Amino acid sequence: MAPKSCSLCQNAKPILRRPKTGQQICKHCFFTVFETEVHNTITEAKLFKPGDRVAIGASGGKDSTVLAYVMKTLNERYKYGLSLFLLSIDEGITGYRDDSLQTVKRNQQQYDMPLKILSYEELYGWTMDRVVSTVGKKSNCTFCGVFRRQALDRGAASLGVDHIVTGHNADDIAETVLMNIMRGDIARLGRCTAICTQGEDTIRRSKPFKYAYEKEIVMYAYFRKLDYFSTECIYSPDAYRGHARGFLKDLEATRPSAIIDIIHSGEAFEVKDEVRATQKTQQTCKRCGYMSSNNLCKACSLLEGLERGMAATAISDKGRRKLDGQAPTPENLRTIPYFHTPITVAIDVLPTPP
Amino acid sequence: MVDLKLKIEFGGGLELLFSNRRTHFVDIPSTKQQGDREGEPVDMDFLIHWLRSNSLKERPELFVENETLRPGILVLVNDIDWELEGEGDYRLKDGDEIVFISTLHGG
Repeated sequence: MAPKSCSLCQNAKPILRRPKTGQQICKHCFFTVFETEVHNTITEAKLFKPGDRVAIGASGGKDSTVLAYVMKTLNERYKYGLSLFLLSIDEGITGYRDDSLQTVKRNQQQYDMPLKILSYEELYGWTMDRVVSTVGKKSNCTFCGVFRRQALDRGAASLGVDHIVTGHNADDIAETVLMNIMRGDIARLGRCTAICTQGEDTIRRSKPFKYAYEKEIVMYAYFRKLDYFSTECIYSPDAYRGHARGFLKDLEATRPSAIIDIIHSGEAFEVKDEVRATQKTQQTCKRCGYMSSNNLCKACSLLEGLERGMAATAISDKGRRKLDGQAPTPENLRTIPYFHTPITVAIDVLPTPP
Repeated sequence: MVDLKLKIEFGGGLELLFSNRRTHFVDIPSTKQQGDREGEPVDMDFLIHWLRSNSLKERPELFVENETLRPGILVLVNDIDWELEGEGDYRLKDGDEIVFISTLHGG
């Protein structure tokens, strides 16, 4: 059944059909094209410059494990001149994150990179186990997502890095495009396909796997025998994303290019100026100094809700106003330590002397 | 009738549905036993249903959907992507090594 030879080198036995192109390729050519495409993504988007300090957001799962391996390989092969770090967030989920962090600790040894672990407990005073026992399993993903985003930036700031790379792959991005369309979230639709987000964030964040198919990432991990962890979060995944994911996998089964096609559609959307004008401008949180579109950033708002035993109200803007109306914020409330913008960014915004 | 001896491996979280064991050695019949395809040599489609009936311990909907393998599960036959081997139509041979990897778990 399998054709005689690889469609790239015309020589070795093929082991994989590429979902993007339908080509049947051998193991050696697969490693080469997979790594080279990521390298091309990085260089075309000019993600890094020599001397950059880059943190790899590492969960111990397949995507970030492959990302760490490939970043290390490319940094050495093409002499990017980067200092690489592993940065992990410990959400405090017993039986899930504690196990996956063991994988990250092995990766630290295998890839010889410094590792920083920052916990929700340390930063917010709440583990996800405790959040779930308070708010239940309905809106817990909102807390976890908001907390993780800010924790990654703060972990990165403590490492003094300029840049965070994450393992988001083409399937993840296509899923997000679909979800933003279905929710009518124009602001997110406009930026979810960006390979690098800057300005809305204090530290640059990018996705070198933007065009890498999940199938190829998993196959890469399999053939390279990489050590990764795979268990579903015990607090059940985001149900809405689950539906988008199932739909996307069905589309992919019918037409493998669907994933890249959806990303291209997402990139082609342009948010009109008059629509953009209605969106909130960025400022810094009055309480913790983190970027925010309101007086209080989402994490401070959610944390206050938890501390005051009114967690559910803190999730929406409307609930937030209700929270403000009830009583002034208590004096001794637990807050997030003040976020100091990393010096590298501060220099950029200094006005030019006259 | 001679049985086929196969080595089955589960990864990416699928092992949780199969007694939390990654590697299984199974003996399956070499020809189909019932239905209008009785007597035909067994293929991957047969194996998937056989595993669901004989090895799977929980949440069958995470393995089989609409009578076929759930989309998002990768399969290798003797370390080759099953898409190059005819997928469900691949005819099993004694000693084959089959790997199933779920891609549906978090990164």
